[in-house]
Amino acid sequence: MLRYIFRRLIAVPLLLLGVATVAFFLSQTTRGDPLSAVVPERQMNNPEIVAAAKERWGLDKTLAERYVIYVSNLARGDLGTSFTTRRPVSADLAERLPATFELVLAAMTFATVVGVGLGVLSARYQNGPIDHFSRIFALLGSSLPVFWSGLILLYLLTVQLGWFPGPGRLSAHTPPPPPITGLYTLDSLLTGNIPVFLESLHRLMLPAIVLGWSVVGVITRLVRSSLLEVLGQDYIRTARAKGALEGRVMIHHALRNALIPTLTIIGFAFAYLITGAVLTEAVFSWPGIGSYAVSAARALDYPAIIGVTLLGSLAFLLANLATDIAYGLVNPKVKLQ
Amino acid sequence: MMEQSKEPLLEVRDLRVDFRVPGGYATAIRGVDLTVGRGEVVGLVGESGSGKSISMMALLRLLPAAARVSGIARFDGVDLLSLSPRELSHIRGGRIGMIFQDPLTAFNPVLTIGAQIVEALQLHDRNLSGKAAWTRAVELLAEVAIPEPGRRVHQYPHEFSGGMRQRAMIAMAISNRPQLLIADEPTTALDVTVQAQILELLQRLREELNIGMIMITHDLGVVAGIADRVMVMYSGRVIERGQVDDVFYASRHPYTRGLLAALPKLDGAREALVGIAGTPPSLINRPAGCAFRPRCSHAEAVCATAEPPLLRAGQLESACYVSDRLSGMTP
Amino acid sequence: MNTVTIEARKDGRTKPGVIRRVLSLLAGLPPSVLFGGAIVLFWLVTALTVQFWPLHDPLALAGRRLQPPSADHWLGTDALGRDVLSRTLHGAIYSMPIATIVVLAGVVIGAALGAIAGYVGGKVDAAIMRLVDITVAFPPILLAMTITATLGPGIVNAAIAMIIVWWPIYARLMRAQVLEVKEREHVEAAIAGGAGHIRILGIHILPLCWAPILINATMDFGQVVLLAASLSFVGLGATPPTPEWGSMIYDGASRFYSWWIAFGPGMAILTLVLGFSFLGDGLRDYFDPKSQ
Repeated sequence: MLRYIFRRLIAVPLLLLGVATVAFFLSQTTRGDPLSAVVPERQMNNPEIVAAAKERWGLDKTLAERYVIYVSNLARGDLGTSFTTRRPVSADLAERLPATFELVLAAMTFATVVGVGLGVLSARYQNGPIDHFSRIFALLGSSLPVFWSGLILLYLLTVQLGWFPGPGRLSAHTPPPPPITGLYTLDSLLTGNIPVFLESLHRLMLPAIVLGWSVVGVITRLVRSSLLEVLGQDYIRTARAKGALEGRVMIHHALRNALIPTLTIIGFAFAYLITGAVLTEAVFSWPGIGSYAVSAARALDYPAIIGVTLLGSLAFLLANLATDIAYGLVNPKVKLQ
Repeated sequence: MMEQSKEPLLEVRDLRVDFRVPGGYATAIRGVDLTVGRGEVVGLVGESGSGKSISMMALLRLLPAAARVSGIARFDGVDLLSLSPRELSHIRGGRIGMIFQDPLTAFNPVLTIGAQIVEALQLHDRNLSGKAAWTRAVELLAEVAIPEPGRRVHQYPHEFSGGMRQRAMIAMAISNRPQLLIADEPTTALDVTVQAQILELLQRLREELNIGMIMITHDLGVVAGIADRVMVMYSGRVIERGQVDDVFYASRHPYTRGLLAALPKLDGAREALVGIAGTPPSLINRPAGCAFRPRCSHAEAVCATAEPPLLRAGQLESACYVSDRLSGMTP
Repeated sequence: MNTVTIEARKDGRTKPGVIRRVLSLLAGLPPSVLFGGAIVLFWLVTALTVQFWPLHDPLALAGRRLQPPSADHWLGTDALGRDVLSRTLHGAIYSMPIATIVVLAGVVIGAALGAIAGYVGGKVDAAIMRLVDITVAFPPILLAMTITATLGPGIVNAAIAMIIVWWPIYARLMRAQVLEVKEREHVEAAIAGGAGHIRILGIHILPLCWAPILINATMDFGQVVLLAASLSFVGLGATPPTPEWGSMIYDGASRFYSWWIAFGPGMAILTLVLGFSFLGDGLRDYFDPKSQ
């Protein structure tokens, strides 16, 4: 097991290097001239300004030189400087990461609780009304564009019904809690600031539901099908035969086994959540990596886009790794191999 | 027989099981009667598909929801088929233990053997502490002769050998000192030498704990050494029953005789294994008359008229129109 | 009933027979295929014929700005006074071809590389599969955004980016299929019979590999529609004033009090994605009943 984890850990930087290389060459073969992004159009005829800009942004070097510089910078965590914010991309990302992390974590929690819950209920009452409802609910979630469902829910629940506050992590009047983890809900709780905790939680809920809903479907489907398979196993009959009631059979015996395959879906769900987070944040003005990526994309800010992409890929790879490790820990049979 | 009270431990009357299938019901069990005395061992014999397992699953209501069960199954004064789920759960694993054919699939793969035995103990004794339950689990493993029970108790099912798993399954089944043990093909999935050990273990437990048993098997040889009485099932009915020796030496039913003929002979003669030609009838489309008729070499015209009733024939009860003709012949 | 058919044939009109045959074929399909197929068909027909429908001009001012739905403008008007219904229906002109091109190109490229990887094996296999590994190590939307941004915003570049994101799925599927089919007896017999590689791959292996890829491709149509709309939403796909669903929703996002601006295009995406996933689901159940 340890050797397996080690081997997988080694693969992560190699894959990242591949990813970075792809990202680099993409950025170099750009048709839109990156120069135009940093030099105002009326200055384009001024050779001094153009040369200065080229030097400042490293556009005067050869491709190979730039690649070596790029990769060695990356290794030090230097993702370059954003064209638009004029700050190091890594600093921008570090500042915005907690907001995205908080959103994705909340969405994952929502998706797991609802997905597993609906999966259990639809397996228990197979082909009953709950089963049909959860099928439709799940299907809607995976078919709705989050940037639209977010908008519609924002209109219905916030504008019309007033159940949820407007977009953003906190209102402009509320000072954010002192940064400990960067997660507003957690930090406000740690510092005992209940009003801020409640506000940040309230504002987190709607985007998290919108985002989480998009992966409820895959979780529900998998929990349902693996539960149905597990419920047909001999050891379920054994559990009943030794006097366990149906609820206990479901939770203690069936769900435990059914969750093993379900774990594998979490890496996949995570990838989906990163995708969705980009769009959800744009709708909810959530000051995270996603809205950063969208504004970078609109401004053709390559260092920023590539920085986000690299960070996203790293998160993606680590999530898959964590999933595999968790799978090994939960399944006693893997330990021996 | 060790009768302690007049009433038998288990008394089943007219047990019927139908399965809902597309376009109607398929009848799997067609009126089975069965009694088991306290401490008595009854062998339930038949080919796969004869309904022996289904009828026992039906008693404990372990069949899927598509099954419709009717009849009376009086266990120590209460009807198992009309208990609430909660009342039934006290009997399952408490006063009736069950052993299954394949101990690998019958254990939950993600829980240790110990955890599963502890669960069985604590389900029936809410006051039992975790520590006491684990101690008891080790004792139980020792009782079924599993070496190093203190270490084994923390292992997972896949770390046990087949025979050891079946011993652990038996330990779990007897953990609450049941009055009745239903063993569904307990030795079928095991090697021959291991089979003998498991049968020996069951025999010993029966004597020590005075447990009544229903031994489900397709192998009359398994029944021979352990059962007091034998019931032979075919196509969802009991077609012959009696004391074990009478069934072995004076069977009046061609089907039982076929099963007996298929047994390897004890005298070691290298006789060709005789089977019964053909396959059991389907549940949906049974032949008219005796269900065994299409495969029976003694069949006559009368056999096609109606199902033969289970009637006394010599020392046994047999459901065969031509049983008288068979009485003289040695099986 | 029979006489009707016979009479019809006497008249030389075979139509009732043909229609009946088509109907009986349709009746044999699972309802999800029919339902999904109907939705997809609607959008396909819309994409092909919407220019001839009696609608407002999707690009021109058609009424007052930001009007809620009314008898004249069923889905209201947007910030520039354009008819949202007309723009929504015209959106099919972009979404359907993009989805088709991306899925087809993804299938062709992915299946070709996957088949080569699976059939040739060794270093070629390793090289192709590393490329697949690296591509799928990116979160799809971020890779698509990066590529589109570097190529320059626009529908064509967005389509190219999506093809690059999408082909590895089919490469993996095809490789797994080829590896499995390669081991079957009839292939070994063909090899023993001295058939050439192209012949073995083309005649003995590939025809058996298509079903799962086509079923997946059907389901992916919807996902491609979603991704294309997402790229437009973040400003990298279709550019204004093109009536593309994603960019229409972006227009609505900045004015969410005028909910109707985004409602139409959102429903369009939703129905199309649902249609394709019903169709794909149904086809899978139809061709592979085990997977139920």
